[in-house]
Amino acid sequence: MTAIDVQITTRPDGMDTYPDPQPRMGFFTDTSVCIGCKACEVACKEWNHVPEDGLTFTGMSYDNTVGLGASTWRHVAFIEQQRPVGVADGSGPDGGLRWLMSSDVCKHCTHAACLDVCPTGALMRTEYGTVVVQSDVCNGCGYCIPACPYGVIDRREEDGRAWKCTLCYDRLGAGMEPACAKACPTDSIQFGPLDELRERAAVRVDQLHDAGESGARLYGADPGDGVGGDGAFFLLLDEPEVYGLPPDPVVTTRDLPSMWRHAGAAAATLGGLAAASFAASALGDWLGGRLGGGR
Amino acid sequence: MTATAPAAGASRWRRKRRAEQPMVPKATFSSYYGKPVLKAPVWESRDIAGYLFLGGLAGGSSLLAAGADLTGRTELGRAAKAGAFGAITLSLAALIDDLGRPARFVNMLRVFKVTSPMSVGTWLVSGYTPAAGLAAATAFTGRWPRLGTAATAGTALLGPAVASYTAVLISDTAVPAWHDGYREMPFVFTGSAAMAAGGLGLLAAPTAESGLARNLALAGQVMEMLAFERMTRRMGMVAEPYRQGRGGAYIRIGQVLGALGATGAALSPAVPVGRARRVVTAVSGAALMGASAATRWGVFHAGMTSARDPKYTVVPQRERLNERGTAKVEPASASIPQPPPVPPA
Repeated sequence: MTAIDVQITTRPDGMDTYPDPQPRMGFFTDTSVCIGCKACEVACKEWNHVPEDGLTFTGMSYDNTVGLGASTWRHVAFIEQQRPVGVADGSGPDGGLRWLMSSDVCKHCTHAACLDVCPTGALMRTEYGTVVVQSDVCNGCGYCIPACPYGVIDRREEDGRAWKCTLCYDRLGAGMEPACAKACPTDSIQFGPLDELRERAAVRVDQLHDAGESGARLYGADPGDGVGGDGAFFLLLDEPEVYGLPPDPVVTTRDLPSMWRHAGAAAATLGGLAAASFAASALGDWLGGRLGGGR
Repeated sequence: MTATAPAAGASRWRRKRRAEQPMVPKATFSSYYGKPVLKAPVWESRDIAGYLFLGGLAGGSSLLAAGADLTGRTELGRAAKAGAFGAITLSLAALIDDLGRPARFVNMLRVFKVTSPMSVGTWLVSGYTPAAGLAAATAFTGRWPRLGTAATAGTALLGPAVASYTAVLISDTAVPAWHDGYREMPFVFTGSAAMAAGGLGLLAAPTAESGLARNLALAGQVMEMLAFERMTRRMGMVAEPYRQGRGGAYIRIGQVLGALGATGAALSPAVPVGRARRVVTAVSGAALMGASAATRWGVFHAGMTSARDPKYTVVPQRERLNERGTAKVEPASASIPQPPPVPPA
């Protein structure tokens, strides 16, 4: 027997519990080629029958969607910066406005806090390694919402249940790519096996660095980060927080064993405290009895 | 985009924007138009802060009931058992009321997950509630005393867990003011539980039997105070919502009520026996219960504030990254998954 035969081990995302596991699928969103057309937002809403959730004017550049939510599973951020930008014909920096555009989505974390804390098992890991809410099980407890380190999942108030991106689970089963990736005219949203996407993204970052775009960096591509790497990761041109993303997200359940230990110690302390205060009272009773007084 | 001062009111609009430059520059951090990174919990304060308080009151009361039974304080035992059952029933009602789909509450019982404190808690409360009901029913009817003793012992064993698990429930989130306090939060909550249960005993039982409740309440008040102090001291800037705004206001009310109630309870044995002592004891007990409730509401609102302001998410994470000395731009090669090493044949 050679070492190769024993390579298959337990995967951190738990996908090997499926009898017929698929390669882990994900998104690579390359924001350097996003043109902010919002075709992804529209395609997602159309395909998934996501209801309208407000038609307001925010004044935030060209972003009236504001952020991800129960009825917004793709959100295109617009950031306006005063920054010298190189021009393609080599005429030098124009010193003008820089627009950053980025299509945000559920990260489909390797270690997904929403899935961990869900008390009904409504949130589950699919055979593609994605994270999906089973809407026929969800009872709207809302625990997943503050658990998510990215602020993705939310409760649809008129419906009472939690909703988020499914990475088009229904389309994946039919061998199709998710609606947003299909609609993206610049291939800013790329869909595929996660391993391939990570390789492609690393090449793209090098390419941008060589072209002088030193701010290019990958976000969520590192399997060693606080959530074990994202199934949907990004190429950003500025700090994550500029795009409304947390700079160093950590899955809250990483600390859960320690939390249970502290809670156990606190429960034992309460028991001890009660026993001690009862002993003090019993002693008082006994002394009171000896001295002939009441309690 | 760098965060600026919060949106100005009408009077500030009239001034020129340049006049708004603060004299002392604030700690700057970047955010997306000042929008929160996290989604704040959709929970109602009446339901969930109430749930935290009532769970503590129930768990602490079960301990008090066992102590009362052991030391022959019948009235106190009855009050504590009724309190425990009443509180846990109300807290279950609050939990169900807060669901987006209350009719689907039973879906909580289709799985048991240690990774979900809400799942663990639901199972815990599902076991505790019938026992608390039995303990209360047997105490008031006087029937099946052995069953009553067993039920009281069972609730006393589960009570501390009922009182402490709610701390894990809120700490196991990305909410900065809750998660960052996960080490001390269970001690704040169990101290608060002892204070509330002791307060109930002081309020409801005759003064001749309330010594036990007084001791428990005083010990709980001190424990809550010390644990809270330690927690907020360790949390750094994330502790701000516990000192300011709505959360801070509730916390201060809790501290004042706790100090007054504890002083009253401690001095009550010096008050002449009779009506005066009864009044002092009852008022002190009510103040201690109010203090526990105010602390829970304060913790709840501090968490909401910390989730709604991107500062509490971004600044600590950015500091963490800087401490680790991570280069701001990831080297591309670090992101390529390495193939597993093949040992030599």
